[in-house]
Amino acid sequence: MIHLSIPVRQALGKLTLPVLILAAFGLMLVGKADALLADKARMALADALAPIFGAVAEPVAHVRDAVDNAERLLTIYADNARLREENDRLQRWQAVALALDAENTTLKDNLHWIPDASAAFITARVVADAGGVYARAVLLSAGPNHGITKGQIALDDRGLVGRVTELGARSARVLLLTDMNSRVPVILESSRARAMLVGTNGSRPRLMYWPEGMQPAEGERLVTSAEANAFPAGLPVGVVHYTSSNVPEVEPAARLDRLEIVRLFDYGLRGLLPPEAGVARPTDRKR
Amino acid sequence: MAARRGTPVAIAVILLLVTAAPLGLPGQTELQAAIAVACVYFWSVFRPASMTPPLVFLLGMLVDLLGYAPMGVGVLTLLLVHGTALRGRRVLAHRGFLVVWLAFSCVAAAAAGLQWALTSLLTLRLLPPAGGVFEAVIGAGLYPALATVLGWAHTTLAEPDHA
Repeated sequence: MIHLSIPVRQALGKLTLPVLILAAFGLMLVGKADALLADKARMALADALAPIFGAVAEPVAHVRDAVDNAERLLTIYADNARLREENDRLQRWQAVALALDAENTTLKDNLHWIPDASAAFITARVVADAGGVYARAVLLSAGPNHGITKGQIALDDRGLVGRVTELGARSARVLLLTDMNSRVPVILESSRARAMLVGTNGSRPRLMYWPEGMQPAEGERLVTSAEANAFPAGLPVGVVHYTSSNVPEVEPAARLDRLEIVRLFDYGLRGLLPPEAGVARPTDRKR
Repeated sequence: MAARRGTPVAIAVILLLVTAAPLGLPGQTELQAAIAVACVYFWSVFRPASMTPPLVFLLGMLVDLLGYAPMGVGVLTLLLVHGTALRGRRVLAHRGFLVVWLAFSCVAAAAAGLQWALTSLLTLRLLPPAGGVFEAVIGAGLYPALATVLGWAHTTLAEPDHA
């Protein structure tokens, strides 16, 4: 180690902070100029942490379930009454659904309908929140050679969750549909009107750009639209809900606040890809 | 000793990693950001020899990578918190807990505001400020508990001779 006189050392010590503050600005510029580099560093860290988080997630889920169960015990009587009533209603719907299913099958047979190929999917465990203060995303843990690609669509058992935006060797980041940067083309199920679901970072994304002359109805179901070739048609998204200030928002069907396992579907859609993947697009088009 | 000198940073890193784990706490990401600011502030006031600018820089990088903020935002915020705390430490280190807490609340609010402004600037969109407000409130509310734990670590793990 070089021996410096005390005044020199003190002067150097005083300089460290300003120099590092300048370096922080430099880091911001580099991060802005080369977003890929920052993403790579981030996913490398996520890769290292994902297995640890995966191991922690399970006991935490057990504790959470235990707390939930204890809470449910308090409302067991009211829940029972509600479920009985709901069961009666669903029994009636089941009869309707079975009749429609049978009718649908005969109609398809008569029309020589070619069914859509069922999409392949991978199931992955959600191991951590990956949004930070100003974004809404989750981190998935996946084994090596997981086969996840950018743009794959994440669904939980109830509906649309979001899309894969960043990939690591053992992890993947899924941007939720509630994130500010999320835009999902949707169809209002009963009126067949098209609209856009715009994330706000809040728990309920907003519904925008529906056609003039109609109004989304309270409680109307939303499904994805195949427009822009980013999503397949017909995935359940949520239901319309008006705020007290009469703004239509959407209550997501998926339980975004407590995701545990998601399925990632590859529908082979290349409509919207992250910027860095766009480089490869001209060659895609030649095919 | 190196290990004792490294204790403050080690505690900060452990707290950051623990709050990044899937604990399912409400407001966990805001908690993480607030903890980083609180740790840097506390050690810069009470033990600046163990919270040097290069270490603060590295902590900031970890915060940015874990918190999915644009790179550099956490680094700059934490360096400024460190600088402010260093300037104020001659006054703060000898005052009562309430004054230190009050000063921290102001620093935490300024840090959250700066993070919000920088993130908005770097992502080129006006972000909803609710996250930042929540972060500042959580920081101010958490500080007494965190300071108790860190103060204990300060006198036992980091510098037992001064206990």
